Amino acid sequence: MNEPIREAAPSKPRLPRGVRLKHDETRGEWLLLAPERVVKADAIAVAILQRCDGEATFDAIVDDLAATFSADRARVEADVRALLDDLAAKRMVDL
Amino acid sequence: MNADAKRIPAPVGLLAELTHRCPLGCPYCSNPPALEPRSDELDTAIWKDVFSQAAALGVLHAHLSGGEPAARRDLVEIVAHCAKVGLYTNLITSGVGLTEALVNALAEAGLDHAQLSIQDSEAGSADRIAGYEGAFARKQSAAAWIARAGLPLTVNAVIHRANVQRAGKMVELAVALGARRVEVAHTQYYGWAMINRAALMPTAAQAETAIAEVEALRKTYAGVIVIDHVIPDYHARYPKACMGGWGKRGLNVTPSGKALPCHAAETIPGLEFWNVRERSLEDIWFNSPAFNAFRGTDWMREPCRSCDRQTIDYGGCRCQALALAGDAREADPVCHLSPHHGKVADVAAEASSEIPEYAYRRMKLFEPAQ
Repeated sequence: MNEPIREAAPSKPRLPRGVRLKHDETRGEWLLLAPERVVKADAIAVAILQRCDGEATFDAIVDDLAATFSADRARVEADVRALLDDLAAKRMVDL
Repeated sequence: MNADAKRIPAPVGLLAELTHRCPLGCPYCSNPPALEPRSDELDTAIWKDVFSQAAALGVLHAHLSGGEPAARRDLVEIVAHCAKVGLYTNLITSGVGLTEALVNALAEAGLDHAQLSIQDSEAGSADRIAGYEGAFARKQSAAAWIARAGLPLTVNAVIHRANVQRAGKMVELAVALGARRVEVAHTQYYGWAMINRAALMPTAAQAETAIAEVEALRKTYAGVIVIDHVIPDYHARYPKACMGGWGKRGLNVTPSGKALPCHAAETIPGLEFWNVRERSLEDIWFNSPAFNAFRGTDWMREPCRSCDRQTIDYGGCRCQALALAGDAREADPVCHLSPHHGKVADVAAEASSEIPEYAYRRMKLFEPAQ
């Protein structure tokens, strides 16, 4: 990737208190709930966010996803970074 | 499931006005001028049942509001119940009436998020606006307790004539208080704010300066605090989709159990509101006359009826149409296509005259202000 990794310590992304990933039975879909926000989460986002437990490092999450879905690691890394950066800017993920 | 369920989406949010009691007297309060007395309030069991029904109906966010919700002794029990039925539970509080023990108990009960109002960035002015000596200091303590309990915090700031010069400072205060999100909302003139409009309305120039200041802070605080900015719509060409569309996304339940499509809906004459004491929430959502009165587009007159924006803004705000055009079925006069559009400019121009004293929000209208 052409972007340098910004964090000095390995990032361990997590959903902060006040942000919840929930499967909504009424609408039959996964949703990310935050203060005054409801964001639909597609299958890829759900797979990523379920791994953001504050324990696994960013790299471990990417490794796990690449292995689980037999996908190209560089591509997975780009997807994960794009999603987490976007959610971090909205303060819905802590990196 | 109801036959209409396919056509009418499930509600996303429930705003529960647990009580109209509040120690503060903010002159822009969105509660109705005729506040509901404690003796009419729903009891704990009914509120719990309402939240269970709401979760089953598809509600995601439960907003516990008031008045000051901490005035209810059963607040912790209500929060625990909301958490149990899976609702995302948000406390909307003045901070006055909270204690550290109560904040900790709420956090333990499963509260997801707290929203704390501030009246100004300066203590003297903030206390004068709230009509409560020492409110500013107590809010600082409340913010610290909320942070210490690990709860995410949103700060709410309502902007009007007395604090419009410090809109940016209020964002900075929110950051200093540890908030992850701040709502900066220019006063909307319903309820008590309508009574106090002459005292609250800033000049157009003041409003514009404040808006630019807050917008500029978005960049400064990117990644630190999320700024939700509700700006006055008087200078817009098109109205806002009030409530995201009538009866489309959310509902309010008043302290006595009346279910309203929006907090100001009672100002519209002729609407029939159903009560959660007598009807299920599902029945109310799909079938009550008040919710169906302005749902969708069938009720619209011209210029909305033939407008290609009718499902974007839903004709704007019904209460504003009533207040300015004299009929809730008219287009929101903010729209430049409305024949009443000129009245919006008249209201916006009202601002520069003398500033009267506040009529503080009190349970009885004719009680002398303190």
